[in-house]
Amino acid sequence: MEPTLGQYLMVSGALFAIGLLGVIVRRNLLIIYMSLELMLNAANVALVAMSRFNGNLDGQVMVFFIITVAAAEVAVGLALIVALYRKRQTAEVADLATMKL
Amino acid sequence: MEGTLFNIFAGLAVLSALLVVANPFNRNPVTSALFLVTTMISISGLFVLLGAYFLAAVQILVYAGAVMVLFLFVIMLLDLREGARRKLNLVSLAMGLMAVGALFLVYKSSIDQTYGSEAPSHEAVADAGQAEAKPVKAVGSTRALGQALFSPDNGFILPFEIVSVLLLVAMVGVILLSRKEPR
Repeated sequence: MEPTLGQYLMVSGALFAIGLLGVIVRRNLLIIYMSLELMLNAANVALVAMSRFNGNLDGQVMVFFIITVAAAEVAVGLALIVALYRKRQTAEVADLATMKL
Repeated sequence: MEGTLFNIFAGLAVLSALLVVANPFNRNPVTSALFLVTTMISISGLFVLLGAYFLAAVQILVYAGAVMVLFLFVIMLLDLREGARRKLNLVSLAMGLMAVGALFLVYKSSIDQTYGSEAPSHEAVADAGQAEAKPVKAVGSTRALGQALFSPDNGFILPFEIVSVLLLVAMVGVILLSRKEPR
């Protein structure tokens, strides 16, 4: 039996929720970053599913752009993390509290 | 057949996503990164089931290939082993679970109402573009996607060029950021 659009959207929602949970709960910068990637991918699944079931390729073109921008974003973000690590010798958000009042 | 494959890929994606975020056995970031690779590959399987063949290939090449290699490279460069010893804050875990669970329930109920089995009527859903009513399904082969992307009248040529500039900017920015302190 062919899966329905609702099932695909459910998978996408579950992936997004797990990614959001990771961003909220985890304290390691790199894992927070991986969770962000997870959320981007959840959005991609939803877009491709919608594109498929609406008979229109625009959603897939959108996903193409999202993947490109995500790749650029990962490169910049990881460079920021490395620069931060060089300055502070840590990748835990709990230790990065200099701006706290 | 398709349903079975969907169940396998969807289950694998969600399971390994959970192991990325909250692995009860191992808190090493490398483990998380490898489970993220599994998630990406499962998602690309879902893309194949949805007929997005080009995007499935790009997903594996870009995410499972380039992005995850970058992640593993940085994890091993920083040598983050002491992060594995820290305990999760139980209060923040409970609050996060509550907030995310509530959000997911809202999402689930709205999906159920719109596309689920108790969706209003078949005709009303067909107007909204439901699956069974539409015989034509978009197949994202490389040729079709390329034509959608580069068609001269309603294509995405300008966004494509802007994205290439964005990649250049990201490249220059990364080099600037990761340089040693200027003398």
